[in-house]
Amino acid sequence: MLKSKHLLGIKELTPEEIYHILDTASGFKDVLMRDIKKVPPLRGKTVVSLFFEPSTRTRTSFALAAKRLSADDVNFSVSSSSVVKGESILDTALTIQSLGADLMIIRHSSSGVPHYLSRSLNISVVNAGDGSNEHPTQALLDLFTIRSHKKDIKGLEVAIIGDIAHSRVAKSNIYGLTKLGARVRVICPPTLMPAGLEKLGADVFHNIDEGIKGADVVMALRIQLERQSKGFLPSLKEYFNLYGLTGERMKLAKKDAIVMHPGPMNRGVEIASDVADGPQSVILEQVTNGIAVRMAVLYLLSGVKQ
Amino acid sequence: MSTLIINGKVIDPSQNISSKTDILIEGKKIKGLFPRGKGPKADKVIDASNCIVFPGLVDMHTHLREPGFEYKETIKTGTMAAVRGGFTSVCCMPNTNPVNDSISVTEFILRKTAMEGSCSVYPIAAITKGQQGEALTELEALIEAGCIAFSDDGKPVMNSLIMRRALEYSKIFGVPIISHCEDLMLSEGGVMNEGIVSTTLGLKGIPNAAEDVIVARDISLCKLTGGRLHIAHVSTEGAVNQIREAKARGINLTAETCPHYFTLTDESLNGYDANLKVNPPLRTSADVEALKEGIKDGTIDVIATDHAPHHYDEKNCEFDRAAFGISGLETAFSLGMKLVHEKMIDIKQLITMMSVTPSKIMKINKGSITEGADADITVADTEKLYNVDPKKLVSKGKNTAFGGWELKGAVVKTISMGKVHE
Amino acid sequence: MSIEILNSKEIENAITRITHEIIEKNGGTKALCLIGIQRGGVLLAERISRAGSIDEIGSLDISLYRDDINIKNEQPVVRATDIKFSLNGKTVVLVDDVLFTGRSIRAAMDALIDFGRPAKIQLAVLIDRGHRELPIRADYVGKNIPTTFNDTVEVRLHGHGSKDNDSVILIRGNSK
Repeated sequence: MLKSKHLLGIKELTPEEIYHILDTASGFKDVLMRDIKKVPPLRGKTVVSLFFEPSTRTRTSFALAAKRLSADDVNFSVSSSSVVKGESILDTALTIQSLGADLMIIRHSSSGVPHYLSRSLNISVVNAGDGSNEHPTQALLDLFTIRSHKKDIKGLEVAIIGDIAHSRVAKSNIYGLTKLGARVRVICPPTLMPAGLEKLGADVFHNIDEGIKGADVVMALRIQLERQSKGFLPSLKEYFNLYGLTGERMKLAKKDAIVMHPGPMNRGVEIASDVADGPQSVILEQVTNGIAVRMAVLYLLSGVKQ
Repeated sequence: MSTLIINGKVIDPSQNISSKTDILIEGKKIKGLFPRGKGPKADKVIDASNCIVFPGLVDMHTHLREPGFEYKETIKTGTMAAVRGGFTSVCCMPNTNPVNDSISVTEFILRKTAMEGSCSVYPIAAITKGQQGEALTELEALIEAGCIAFSDDGKPVMNSLIMRRALEYSKIFGVPIISHCEDLMLSEGGVMNEGIVSTTLGLKGIPNAAEDVIVARDISLCKLTGGRLHIAHVSTEGAVNQIREAKARGINLTAETCPHYFTLTDESLNGYDANLKVNPPLRTSADVEALKEGIKDGTIDVIATDHAPHHYDEKNCEFDRAAFGISGLETAFSLGMKLVHEKMIDIKQLITMMSVTPSKIMKINKGSITEGADADITVADTEKLYNVDPKKLVSKGKNTAFGGWELKGAVVKTISMGKVHE
Repeated sequence: MSIEILNSKEIENAITRITHEIIEKNGGTKALCLIGIQRGGVLLAERISRAGSIDEIGSLDISLYRDDINIKNEQPVVRATDIKFSLNGKTVVLVDDVLFTGRSIRAAMDALIDFGRPAKIQLAVLIDRGHRELPIRADYVGKNIPTTFNDTVEVRLHGHGSKDNDSVILIRGNSK
């Protein structure tokens, strides 16, 4: 029921497609709870991950998802590949296709690389994060996690705090949440706000207390340390003072609000430890759900014939 | 060898001619103009029925890439593309390798042109040595060798003092200083216009302010020095407004824009097509409207191409890594005609902006069909429809932004120094 | 053309008889459990469970184990598998509405084995319509019906309270 054999972004999905992926992921979440956490639908398929940016969690999550579905999972390591010898990215991708891959999972620091490659490849391309464009499976696992705690995503108030300008996670979540009828509040310093953000349907706050008030879901994003050296922030300490997610601030959210973070966390920069480890935190659940959602994505994409 | 162009409608804004006139060419020169049917016998007759005939187009802003980047374009292929697009003169930018900052490079370009060129080539030399923005080049020697203007195009002069000196010193010779207005700190890392579209695509943006602040600086310096400033490839509403206001204050500056800036917006980048990656970047519809207004009211003096040919591989890659630039010589006239068909300007003004005014700014003896002038003439069918096929471009750079577009108004023949190019 | 081949009364009788046979063959309900195959077998398993007071009952989704997963144009919808008890050492009675090629049962057995190691697996179906493609045979059959390959057999079971509308319909297909 997915229209495209590629997953390039949430931008390109309809609400029905998002729900279909989430519903399918529920079935796989059950599989992950069993003793034997493996099912056979992708037997004989080969999933290749091609990561041009360091990543441990996303790559491991995709690798486990592929293995749980009985696919062969191959990791094309960029540092040891011909890419460092000057091969073009398209040649690398075409080589992997010719090696017999059925699905390619790609992460790249340049936005649009998955879109660019998908135009020349016959196999499915899954975007595992491109530049500051999108990180669709992260948003899907966030939606899945929110849905398992809140009955309906429609009507929820979701606050996203952090480096919105550089965050593909924020972007994918804004698309996904607004498509499913949630209200998104974006909280960030003006230096980390991308141009024209309000046109994406999010409310913008530069004051965290105002933005967090009455929220059902509070999502803190990772602040990259280099933002300080590039002059976006005077210091990480000041960032924590102004935008750090603390227990005190969480009191402004709804009582039953949940706390999310895509990881890896910088404790004491964007989130205080008592919140990260507190009862409202669903951060580790997000990690588990990530496998189920990625299983659903791989499973559904491998069924799309074009 | 003589050639007679008959049955065409001659439009020469430099003499305010718009009439059914036949033109006699003798060798490389125009021999005379005659009322239709009254021309003498000639060795060869060109029938320009249903066409307009006007002074050959002059491009103030071309990248011929030679020497150094012959895989992108050469003087041979670039001038072939020029005559295909109706241009009989092109002014080539100095960002070659080596940079055109010395007479040996200038002489090389002119020698190559004499050997292989299909049209006239006028080199523009660098303002500073190696385009490094530090020390002025030897203007006198370069002008003596054949350079007609100075520009650090692509690598703007960020040091305001150096820019001041260039505008001051060039007054000795009365040559234009062509400024590529971009604040490199504000634009650092940017690959497209900053706005909702760059946010949606996750690409790093270049704000309008990166252009506007340098335009403001250069206008101030122009006023201070009384130098001859020409602003290259204007892309923003803010720049148009500042130039209009500066002209009203009597400041001696001119400005150009390019067809892609008044035709396309950043919206067309959806899909990450690297052929639309250009610097300055494609802006918003508000900027397009402002540019059209500026063209209409004369704020913008010239339509230039900023023809920037690149190799296929330099565009067929990650968007962030792709080269900036659009191959523009072969579509410029048709895109200018779009303004005429939209009744934004009349055909006379288009020819003024693409031939007469650039000749005046560059002080070259072109842009006029008069007895004794160089036989540089373009024949075009303003109603002819055609599809832009990138593969069929004569230029080595197939990186047009208009692949697949249907355009109305096509160059039929270009006569450069008496030689006819079909 | 469609014909009713079992009415609600006949279905009720068949279920009762299957239930008795299951209990008789296994000497009671000890260590006995029912697993209904999604979707047709789930309601039938519930009915057998009530008729024979067999308390351990679950449902099994076999979509991920199907052998046509790479042939069909679209991935089958993944439905819930709900087995809340251990299968180790149990006698598992797989329940499905119609036994046809046997491929679903093959998939179901593969799926079951991923949950544990039952002592025995038996198979109960309401209708056996023939045309087996695998060496599979049911232990308990409500009714054998001769069909052609292109026919369709529809078992329409209803939940609590509307059993009177139950029926089994045979829709004749075009024979090739």
